[in-house]
Amino acid sequence: MTSDLLHQILRRRAGAFCLVVLILFYVAAFFAPLLAPYATSDQDLTKTYHPPTGVVWQEGRLAVRLYKLVDPTCAKYEAEPGQFAPIHFWVKAPTYHFLGFIPVSHRLFGVEAPARLYLLGSDETGRDVFSRLLYGSRVSLTIGLIGILITTVIGLTVGGLAGYFGGVFDSVAMRGTELIMAIPGLYLIIALRAALAKYFDDSDQIFILIVVILSFIGWAGTARVIRGLTLSLRNRPFIYAAEALGQGPVTILWKHLFPNLFSYLIVTSMLSIPGYILGEAALSFLGIGIQEPSTSWGLMLSQVQDLKVFMLNFWWLLTPGLAIFITVILFNVLGDVVRDIVDPKLKTQV
Amino acid sequence: MNAPATPLLQVENLKVHFPITAGLLQRRIGEVKAVDDVSFTIERGTTVGLVGESGSGKTTIGRALIRLVNPTGGTIRYNGKDITFLRESQFRPYRKKIQIIFQDPYNSLNPRLTIFKIISEALEIHFPALGLEQRRARVAELLGKVGLKPEHMDRYPHEFSGGQRQRIGIARALAVEPEFIVCDEPVSALDVSVQAQIVNLLQDLQEELGLTYLFIAHDLAVVEHISDFVLVMNQGKIVEAATAEAIYQNPQDPYTKRLLDAVPKI
Ligand SMILES: Nc1ncnc2c1ncn2[C@@H]1O[C@H](COP(=O)(O)OP(=O)(O)OP(=O)(O)O)[C@@H](O)[C@H]1O
Ligand SMILES: [Mg+2]
Repeated sequence: MTSDLLHQILRRRAGAFCLVVLILFYVAAFFAPLLAPYATSDQDLTKTYHPPTGVVWQEGRLAVRLYKLVDPTCAKYEAEPGQFAPIHFWVKAPTYHFLGFIPVSHRLFGVEAPARLYLLGSDETGRDVFSRLLYGSRVSLTIGLIGILITTVIGLTVGGLAGYFGGVFDSVAMRGTELIMAIPGLYLIIALRAALAKYFDDSDQIFILIVVILSFIGWAGTARVIRGLTLSLRNRPFIYAAEALGQGPVTILWKHLFPNLFSYLIVTSMLSIPGYILGEAALSFLGIGIQEPSTSWGLMLSQVQDLKVFMLNFWWLLTPGLAIFITVILFNVLGDVVRDIVDPKLKTQV
Repeated sequence: MNAPATPLLQVENLKVHFPITAGLLQRRIGEVKAVDDVSFTIERGTTVGLVGESGSGKTTIGRALIRLVNPTGGTIRYNGKDITFLRESQFRPYRKKIQIIFQDPYNSLNPRLTIFKIISEALEIHFPALGLEQRRARVAELLGKVGLKPEHMDRYPHEFSGGQRQRIGIARALAVEPEFIVCDEPVSALDVSVQAQIVNLLQDLQEELGLTYLFIAHDLAVVEHISDFVLVMNQGKIVEAATAEAIYQNPQDPYTKRLLDAVPKI
């Protein structure tokens, strides 16, 4: 089933493209400490708002142009003609524990200080936007996956049991979901954030807090749909056949109901991951999400809420927004492709 | 067997009412009397036909016998023992004795499981001592019994025709080595040519294994062919009970006469 689905996705051009690009994104996020030339908080106050450095082929190797600050008042840099710093591969760097336990003391590429390699420019304290984008993607990309995992487990349990057993549990559970869905999402997020903040005061725990909040809001919709699907599956004769054989309710849910919800779950997961990415971005943008020294795409965007960025056209500082945009689109298109595969009847008519 | 032998199944004044509920706490505001005061007896090794039009409560009787719905009142005696209100754990031994075959061959097999897994589920529950190889051998044997091939066992339900799926459903019911099978319109969804094959298969199996059937149908023609005794049902009640010939030759109830008129005459 799973390998079959993968096969079908890869046979469609849009599906294969989105899947491959997303996998690249996740691989990049996973290997961020190796790929990023600098650490997230690696400042250089002499090179604030530095534009992306040009990369050229010079004397048989890659090299970056060197720049001179010509007007500090408006952060205007000019390339110095004929001045280059070669790009080295597998360079030594401060030791970092990859995955928390594998010591790594190299990076994939970099230039010798004091020259700086800014593939996507630098921010107001001279930190490398490209590196921060890579590190930030770890938060932004995993938040959706973890969130989906939590909501799916809660939604399956509550919705599955409600649909299977019905009765009082069903109506209480469904009123609960309605309560959550009746409160506008953003207010609920902010209220929960305020209420729960004192239990998650460490900045590392903020990530967990945000996942908890977003999942708390997200499970209701999943549970309702799962309940509806369970109700319709529940009266299928193969469920009765299992009951007639003496199979227990938990096994019936696990073996007969959930596998038949699998394709639905894949589709909704794909289509709701963007919600988590955008939710994190919104929270961080409002300053109540991810906090320094961690970083995320939303946090990076919030740090450039400055008229100067627009007036002086520091476009590279908006790349986190572009990254969010692209990721959301990729998940949506992939979700659509998967939906067309698993349920051709829902195919959107163009 | 010594006279007087206990009938395999005795049903007395069986009632199944479904509550109609509303509101947050599922308050009861009425009920559907799907089966209302029904009594009949099924002798071991015989087939009792149950006919009636749609909604008359036939399926509900079948489901009450195999405890897919809880009876509201009355008694069901199986082999002389009252099984009407047994708890699920106490009813479990009867899950091995009573089985059911469903009307809709397209929905009675889990589309996500292979034929082996579908049939093997019955073995895992009631013959837990069997190992994988033994279960595969047994599934192959059961498939052979219903006229399918052992190599069919690793395929999925959608690869089979309606008639073949019904055979798989029969194999699943046979897997627990039951004594009594509720056949809930097992041929209604099939082509006429296939209907005869399935009816003949059920008859052969009855002869070979000494099975007892409650054979549900909505037209008299199918039932007349297979049944020793026929029950005619209308709106939750049994309106006529007689041997197949008696019903055919000399129907008493006006409802039975109407049902008979609906049977195409040759
Ligand atoms: N779970 C249920 N809850 C409420 N009402 C039900 C339920 N199951 C059946 N009924 C009602 O009980 C009555 C009898 O239904 P049943 O399915 O037994 O009829 P049937 O004779 O098998 O009909 P058919 O020939 O269409 O299969 C119908 O009015 C039906 O709506
Ligand atoms: Mg029926």
